[in-house]
Amino acid sequence: MRPFSLGRLIITAYMVLFIVYLLAPLVVMGGAAVNNSRFPSIYPWVGLTGRWFGELWSDQQMWRALLNTVLVAVAVVVLSVPIGTAAALLINSVQSRMRSTLYGLMVAPILTPGAVIGISTILFWNKLSVPAGLHLSVLGQSSFISAYAMLLVLARLQSLDASLEEAALDLGASHAQVMRRIVVPHLYPAFGAAAVIAFFQSVENFNVTLFTGGNSSTLTVYVFSQVRAGITPKINALALIMVLITVVGVILYEVKRRQSERRLKVEQEDTLEDDVIEGLGLPQLTSPA
Amino acid sequence: MTALVQRYGGALTGIIIALTAFWLLAMVILPNLILLEFSFRPYIPVDQMGGPNDHYTLANYATFFTSPIHLQIFGLTVFYSSVVTLICLVLAYPLAYFLAKVSTPRNAGTWFLLLLIPLWVSEVLRSFAWSIILAYQGPLNAALHGLGLIDKGIRWRTGFNGVLIGLVYTYVLFMVFPIYNAIQSLDTNQIEAAQDLGAPLWRIHWRVVIPHAKPGIGSGCIMVFMLSAGSILVPSILGSTTSRWFTEIIQQWFFESVDWNTGSAYAFLLLVLCTVFVSLMMRMLNVRLVDIAR
Repeated sequence: MRPFSLGRLIITAYMVLFIVYLLAPLVVMGGAAVNNSRFPSIYPWVGLTGRWFGELWSDQQMWRALLNTVLVAVAVVVLSVPIGTAAALLINSVQSRMRSTLYGLMVAPILTPGAVIGISTILFWNKLSVPAGLHLSVLGQSSFISAYAMLLVLARLQSLDASLEEAALDLGASHAQVMRRIVVPHLYPAFGAAAVIAFFQSVENFNVTLFTGGNSSTLTVYVFSQVRAGITPKINALALIMVLITVVGVILYEVKRRQSERRLKVEQEDTLEDDVIEGLGLPQLTSPA
Repeated sequence: MTALVQRYGGALTGIIIALTAFWLLAMVILPNLILLEFSFRPYIPVDQMGGPNDHYTLANYATFFTSPIHLQIFGLTVFYSSVVTLICLVLAYPLAYFLAKVSTPRNAGTWFLLLLIPLWVSEVLRSFAWSIILAYQGPLNAALHGLGLIDKGIRWRTGFNGVLIGLVYTYVLFMVFPIYNAIQSLDTNQIEAAQDLGAPLWRIHWRVVIPHAKPGIGSGCIMVFMLSAGSILVPSILGSTTSRWFTEIIQQWFFESVDWNTGSAYAFLLLVLCTVFVSLMMRMLNVRLVDIAR
């Protein structure tokens, strides 16, 4: 179907080069974690060592920062997924004029620089005599992470047939039952995706945390201070661990996504041409999902 | 409102509205209004607050507009953020086209898997990785020397070079995904029809693919520009002695001068800059908010 051509070859080669460009820095950074050199580099190569992992392990500051990061991330998930869900339910039921204003307000935090979010958060809560600290980092981060959660839940919500809810209400179900038995189960995949995205966005966040965290630091702030202070390769050890966790996480997430995608494929109408052609050969396309 | 009550009942509607209101009021609108208010107040000692000196003033903004250095840094930040945006666009467009139209959807999944890995690694570590690579005694110079391409090491991190390299690496993926989404919705038949009618490659892209991809290009540019201009990590880790970024000045007001009022004015200027860029892009490239938020 797709004949060989020079153009295809060039663009595929470009894609491969780009992947190399994206991954090579991570390899260099990870490689420096096991190089027995005082400086974080893979060149000159001195020899294999595990001592940077040992140093990292005994770094109390790192452990505290890690604990802070996890606490903040969990709090952000707990706060932003319900907020995002509520906002999605709200915007899904309001009418046109109001809807676009609300939508604009809700999406705005995504388009606001993190420094601005961090500064405005700390000013606002300072006015209410709330001191800086990780709790403000949670609020600041949630202000834009809730927007991501809202978008994910809204996308899922739009595929829910409203007549299901109406039918349940007509048959005498209470509003709480409709929510519990119809809406929430339909939204489960979106909750999962929103929670994962919220967690990682929070872990990665630097700009908001820098301005709101006060004296407490999360992992990114800790790494930043270490990088600035002229560091030992123990940061590379940390980097290697984080890259490996990421790789495993991405693979797991992708495997799950593909499974659910395969299930969803049948419902989707805007599949690519190729998908349709491939899908026609599959028996499950003819049976209802 | 009534639709909401009918659909979810009074109690649930209350919860929904309360949560959304808390988010939009306490986390978005009011903090930004306070930021604006703060930027018009003088920086004075605590005991003078509420006194005769505590009145609205334009002094904080005057500080910016009368400082040639700060104006220059602002201009350079805008300029180099635009350069980063342009480089990302050039790098990302062929990739997005490849993923959407050249590779099979099944393979595209695998490509995405590989593309996603650096996206999940934090920005601070990605900048750190480049600071290792670009070091004078680092692996890049060593590799180029080993290949016989250079005689002596190149100083990579002069001027804004380090910042540009770091920002492009960190944010290029934010350009790939929206353009991919836009191109994917283009009917492949249109490309094939253009081919059959004898259009050369560049014209197919110029007249068929790019016009269709405009919203994607717009939202990609918006994200990359906003993230670049607002980046703190990349300029502080990969900057040189001659590269100053606007966010670094904001940081200076907050952490070194502890003058939050002037800092707020500067932060507000950054917000204005990003808002202006967003509206320009939306107008020029016909982007709607719905396109950005995908």
